[in-house]
Amino acid sequence: MKLTPRRSSPSLRSAEQRRGDPETSHLLSLGGVRKCFGDNVVLRDVDLTIEPGQCVVLIGASGSGKSTLLRCVNLLEVVDDGVITFEGRDITHPWVDGDEVRSRMGMVFQAYNLFPHLDVMGNVTLALRLVHGVGAEEARSRGLAMLERVGLAAKAHARPDDLSGGQQQRVAIARALVTNPRLMLLDEVTSALDPELVGEVLDLLTDLKAEGVTMLLNTHEMGFARDVADEVCFLHDGRIHERGRPEQVLGDPQEERTRAFLSRLRT
Amino acid sequence: MPDQVDTAWEPSEVQRERDDWRRRRTVRSAVIASGSTLLLLGVVGGLVVSSPGWERVQETYFDWDKAVSSFPAVLEGLWLNIRVMALCAVLIVALSLTIAVMRTIRGPVAFPLRLVGTAYVDIFRGLPLLLVIFLLGFGGPALSLSGLPTSALFWGCAALVLSYSAYVAEVFRAGIESVHPSQRLAGRSLGLSYGQTLRRVVLPQAWRRVIPPLMNDLVSLQKDSGLIAVLGVVDAIRAAQIETAIDFNYTPYVVAGVLFCCLTIPMARLTDRYARKKGYHGAGGHL
Repeated sequence: MKLTPRRSSPSLRSAEQRRGDPETSHLLSLGGVRKCFGDNVVLRDVDLTIEPGQCVVLIGASGSGKSTLLRCVNLLEVVDDGVITFEGRDITHPWVDGDEVRSRMGMVFQAYNLFPHLDVMGNVTLALRLVHGVGAEEARSRGLAMLERVGLAAKAHARPDDLSGGQQQRVAIARALVTNPRLMLLDEVTSALDPELVGEVLDLLTDLKAEGVTMLLNTHEMGFARDVADEVCFLHDGRIHERGRPEQVLGDPQEERTRAFLSRLRT
Repeated sequence: MPDQVDTAWEPSEVQRERDDWRRRRTVRSAVIASGSTLLLLGVVGGLVVSSPGWERVQETYFDWDKAVSSFPAVLEGLWLNIRVMALCAVLIVALSLTIAVMRTIRGPVAFPLRLVGTAYVDIFRGLPLLLVIFLLGFGGPALSLSGLPTSALFWGCAALVLSYSAYVAEVFRAGIESVHPSQRLAGRSLGLSYGQTLRRVVLPQAWRRVIPPLMNDLVSLQKDSGLIAVLGVVDAIRAAQIETAIDFNYTPYVVAGVLFCCLTIPMARLTDRYARKKGYHGAGGHL
């Protein structure tokens, strides 16, 4: 049997089609995604679609499954059921080359996760050189251009530990963005920051959105969600309870749970 | 708090196919791995057994009767190894921990302590163990210090402790320094003294991290405890040597080797379990 990665077997393809045609324009679509850790069901039957250029914001209490959802999309976790398609291909199929899929996405973590043994430039150019086969010279110039875009070109040779939290997170965003990913996943990127540093990161994300970068992120910054999101999804207990335009979900929530969550935030 | 427990959940058709596929792949990988291992072992074994000198080797190294007859003497020697190792291990941990703490104390006042610690480690890591055993084993009793025994066993153990402590002190020091400084700050901020912070906060975390390398040194010590045989002490290897000298049959050496393995392998498994219980995670994650 010849193993051809990234192509579904005939029977799996028919199963996909029951859950929606993968050949549509959705950049990313989740169908019936389920994830458990032992007996703890973290995601149950999650459906979600993202179009190119969209910014989708997940909101919900801690433990509602927001981060797990992002990690499943990035194939950092293996789903226990359901299908995730990315750029028209089922990425949850066991034959899929996860490294290749991840090379087309960018992920930014809450705690920055910069490599402390590399300087800023080293962090930003690592994937370009190792994964994308870019030469050292071009990697440096692309890295420098990306650092300029996030306003940190002067820090190219600083160590991550010598930067402020906001600067570190901007480096992390630059590191994810420099490979031109089709989708950016941002996992509570401002939660570890001092309040006065949150602004610089959110401003950067607002710029990225204006430039047409597709983003799936979770955040506790409701003001940011209201301003930038095309769509807000409210997660509770591993399920998407409400989904829609930010002014609708945040301003006029239809679900009792969404209202309860938002009122807890305001008090 | 789940609002509805979905006990009724059944995997979908896609998931069942994925699970089947993963199961098939696991089985196939296991079959290939065990098949190739067996094949390799078979080839190596076949080569050895079919070699022209195999019968002679078998007689000389794997003689069952000789193994049985030499077993009690070798076992008695091994008992000495075990006692030497157990005693030395305790002393080594105590001495090396002291050295490691001496080397990690900061501030100008502690400079002499750091100097002594560094000099000790430099010297005893530099000297070959066998040399230390010769120096102490023959030179120590010659000092005729009152109150100290002159037995070869005592001075042999002293040499082992001094030499090994230098290595183990460096392991401990690496462990102590790997604990993030914020842990010390948190301890001191609660009003704990330097010593209390070290004892209650830093060392427990350092200890957990150095268990694997310590284990490595302990296994090494178990075998090096045989080196004191050069002073005339009868340990397992020396006992095997004496048995061998009777008829030039080398089976007692194989017996000693098997016995040493019987000691170290269970100890390795025990350490693994202890480390897991203490929440030590080695390289984790499935990626």
